[in-house]
Amino acid sequence: MKLSRAAAYATLLLLAGCQSNHSMLWSSASKQASDIEWLYWFIFWICLVVFVLVIAFFAGGLAKSNVDEEEMAPILESNEPGDRRAKVGVSIALGITVVTLFVVLALSIVTGKTTEGLTSKNPITIEVTGHQWWWELRYPNPQADLTVLSANEIHIPVGKPIVVLTASRDVIHSFWAPNIDGKRDLLPGYQSAFTFQIDKPGIYHGQCAEFCGEQHAHMGFEIVAQTMDEFQHWLNQQRKPAVEPQDAKLVHGRDVFLTHACVLCHTIRGTDAGSKVGPDLTHMGSRRLLAATAISNAPGSLAGWITDPQRIKPGVRMPANPLAPADLDALVTYLRSLQ
Amino acid sequence: MTPSSNPKMAVAEPPVVPPPTADRQLRLQRAWKEPTGFFGWFTKVHHTSIGTRFLVTAFIFFVLGGLLAMLMRLQLARPENRFLGPDKYNQFFTMHGSTMIFLFAVPLMFQGLGIYLVPLIVGTRNIAFPRLAAFSYYIYLFGCVFFWVGLLLNTGADRGWFAYVTLSGPDFSPGKRVDFWAQMITFTETSALATAVCLAATILKHRAPGMSLNRMPMILWEKLVLSFMVIFAMPAVMLSSSMLLLDRTVGTQFFNPAEGGDVLLYQHLFWFFGHPDVYIIFLPGTAIITTLVTCFTRRHIFGYLALVVSTISIGFIGFGVWVHHMFATGLPQMGESFFTAATLMIVIPTAVQFFCWIATIWEGRLQFKFPMWWVAGFFFVFMIGGLSGLMLASVPVDTQVHDTFFVVAHFHYVLIGGAVFPMFGALYFWIPKMMGRMMNEKLGYWNFWLFFIGFNMTFFTMHFLGLRGMTRRVYTYLPEMNWGWLNFVATIGAFLMGAGVLVFIINFFWSRVHGRIAGTDPWKAGSLEWAVPSPPPHYNFAELPTVNGREALWDAEPNQPIVTGVRDDIREVLITDSLDGDPDSKMDSPEPSAWPFWAAIAITGLFVGSVFSAKSVEYTSIPVIITLIGWYWPKWRETQQRKATEVWSD
Repeated sequence: MKLSRAAAYATLLLLAGCQSNHSMLWSSASKQASDIEWLYWFIFWICLVVFVLVIAFFAGGLAKSNVDEEEMAPILESNEPGDRRAKVGVSIALGITVVTLFVVLALSIVTGKTTEGLTSKNPITIEVTGHQWWWELRYPNPQADLTVLSANEIHIPVGKPIVVLTASRDVIHSFWAPNIDGKRDLLPGYQSAFTFQIDKPGIYHGQCAEFCGEQHAHMGFEIVAQTMDEFQHWLNQQRKPAVEPQDAKLVHGRDVFLTHACVLCHTIRGTDAGSKVGPDLTHMGSRRLLAATAISNAPGSLAGWITDPQRIKPGVRMPANPLAPADLDALVTYLRSLQ
Repeated sequence: MTPSSNPKMAVAEPPVVPPPTADRQLRLQRAWKEPTGFFGWFTKVHHTSIGTRFLVTAFIFFVLGGLLAMLMRLQLARPENRFLGPDKYNQFFTMHGSTMIFLFAVPLMFQGLGIYLVPLIVGTRNIAFPRLAAFSYYIYLFGCVFFWVGLLLNTGADRGWFAYVTLSGPDFSPGKRVDFWAQMITFTETSALATAVCLAATILKHRAPGMSLNRMPMILWEKLVLSFMVIFAMPAVMLSSSMLLLDRTVGTQFFNPAEGGDVLLYQHLFWFFGHPDVYIIFLPGTAIITTLVTCFTRRHIFGYLALVVSTISIGFIGFGVWVHHMFATGLPQMGESFFTAATLMIVIPTAVQFFCWIATIWEGRLQFKFPMWWVAGFFFVFMIGGLSGLMLASVPVDTQVHDTFFVVAHFHYVLIGGAVFPMFGALYFWIPKMMGRMMNEKLGYWNFWLFFIGFNMTFFTMHFLGLRGMTRRVYTYLPEMNWGWLNFVATIGAFLMGAGVLVFIINFFWSRVHGRIAGTDPWKAGSLEWAVPSPPPHYNFAELPTVNGREALWDAEPNQPIVTGVRDDIREVLITDSLDGDPDSKMDSPEPSAWPFWAAIAITGLFVGSVFSAKSVEYTSIPVIITLIGWYWPKWRETQQRKATEVWSD
């Protein structure tokens, strides 16, 4: 079981290789992103042609009329035929401009309709809530104990419409995964929804796009698009509470967690830790990256993060936790065991 | 201030143009003498003094804002750099944006050039309401100092030049940083509003006889449209920043969603000012380009009427596009489409201007003097900015590139292209008038090429960064993103731009001493400022001119009449009709006074006090009232004197 999941992750990583630059061009993974890319290129070519023409006419004018004299020349007499010629030229150019603008407007509205109008029956719903500086995720289920809480790593099935319900608890954030779709602001006091669908499995990087304070730069997320089976498997796994540790070191690690500041902000379902200030850590060992994608989920970086988060993300809400080496080691081992 | 219809005042018929006698010049000099010395500095009211102050101060803040940008570029030069850290970086990018928009662009392009040039171009002796103009400078200066002292005290604003709520609200921005920002807005916008009133009145009522509306040079049209734009746009941002300040200091809840406040209301108010402000910054640039193209092609501009209509329509449409800054907030699609259409519509008047300039160059006889380099730079740079704006106008594309470095590239191409390139062109063109000496051409070329190459290195690369997903306002980025080398190129470019500006400063000081004497009209240009000596005396015109065509000097008859009957022994100016520029009446122009300075000090006390305690407004408003009473105290003696000299026809 474990092995098959590892294999699945490895495939995902390979597939994700080409998206590592998280560019909005040449790497779209959804119909919306490729529609927008098509519109981008269409306007781009129009702009390029316009630019070349205008600069050519400007340069042509410079070449034609330039005289190199030290003294300023006398004023030209008014030239009726010349002005008439100019009037014809300007009118033609203006006509072309107006027509071009209408084409851009029409295409832009049509593309807008197709990208926003994505609807389908029984979509997957995910609630995304922005926090300074991480993403709270909720996979709601009518049965409360089947609702999944997670952070920063959004798992979705490919080929199925995903409805994202957005909200913010503090300041304005903006949800943006360039390979998937345009960005959407998360406004405090407003709830909005948008729909996207990914067709290619892979890991896609996303980022907060609205300035939200000190650690705006490190407020990333990842979208893990996988097959329906893999997704269901992941969802079922996430629904379970944390496994009761057996190993003495793991027990020690859990006790460190429950007796230190960690418990004031974080939840680990299945233990007494139930605070909702920070990300839910019930299955944090399963996540690829930590601290809103700022660092990898390796023992060293996790230990560094716990000891002094301010060094990695200055201004972040999590305080420093000076722990004895043995405690820290046990805590890291315990947290990484939360698969 | 006694308008009188003096029957003796009339436009004389040619050929009665006696050269100004030494006697007359002496009388004018005495009447228009500006006080000197340390105390005199606080009482000056002539528009050339105030305009120069605006230009110098705004340029200093251009340099300071640029230095902050260079520090930011150093921070971004490589991934996960620890040179500045988020706290300093956030302060720097906020101070950079706010400084460039509020302390540099509008004060220099609108206020500085406007106050200095408009009275000369309309052909009068001083600006309308000179004391208000002086006041507008002091309040601007105090706002600048207040804002930058904040940075030095670690109270530099750090929530962006837009300070979106709720991030800038009391819950997420404790301390005084945002209050300093909000109150700086009040300072600078008070100043801009005061200038707008002065310039609109000068243009409408002080034009030389014969300068009917359809003979006004483009730069006057632009300043007139701009004045009205300022009057309509600035109150919106003063409102939003004052509401923010109230939320923060006295506990109102305008923008607190928990209490029914609205975060989008702030954005609407801010951008209702913010987008017209882009045109307030860019329109002076277009008027400068028109002026330079006219002068150096040695012909009247082609399509004068089209240019006037374009300028006015930009003034109107500019108020109808603000929502394109908010496409990502998820507004209804119908509304978004409307604002896409409006945004595309504004391309039309802008395109008309470009086509008219190109036509003028084709049909003219271009002399490529070095201010023209900046016109060429403007064409290249602004075209790119305008076209990337076309992409941003489209809602779907905008939702992708919004808030990325693509937008940073776009608006620097628009604002540096539309304001800074024309500004340098304007400075090389008009500094000979202001300083009396020509600028050095060789240094001018270095200035241009360093700035132009550096600019494109910095900002063209940002298009790629944005398309590759780099968001704005990030103090650093992860190495895995592969943005490092593009950012490094941008950083080098920023330093080349800095070197270009340094060359300009060197050129300025070198030319002050060694520059060739400019003479009255070094460019043989057409508008009235080139009829007065360089630098202009404080009475501007020894003989008040009349105007016969759009380019007053080019179209003047061999014996162009002058205005007689305006007194030369006291400060008196001619008032003309708004439409046709017919002589209407005469008016006293105020004497030097220290009251504007004291009023500005008192109002500064009020503004600064309100940052720290709402209660202080009660006490600090008392000096404001006292200084305003002092300022407006009736001047009985002058009125009596004037009454005694007046001759009434019946």
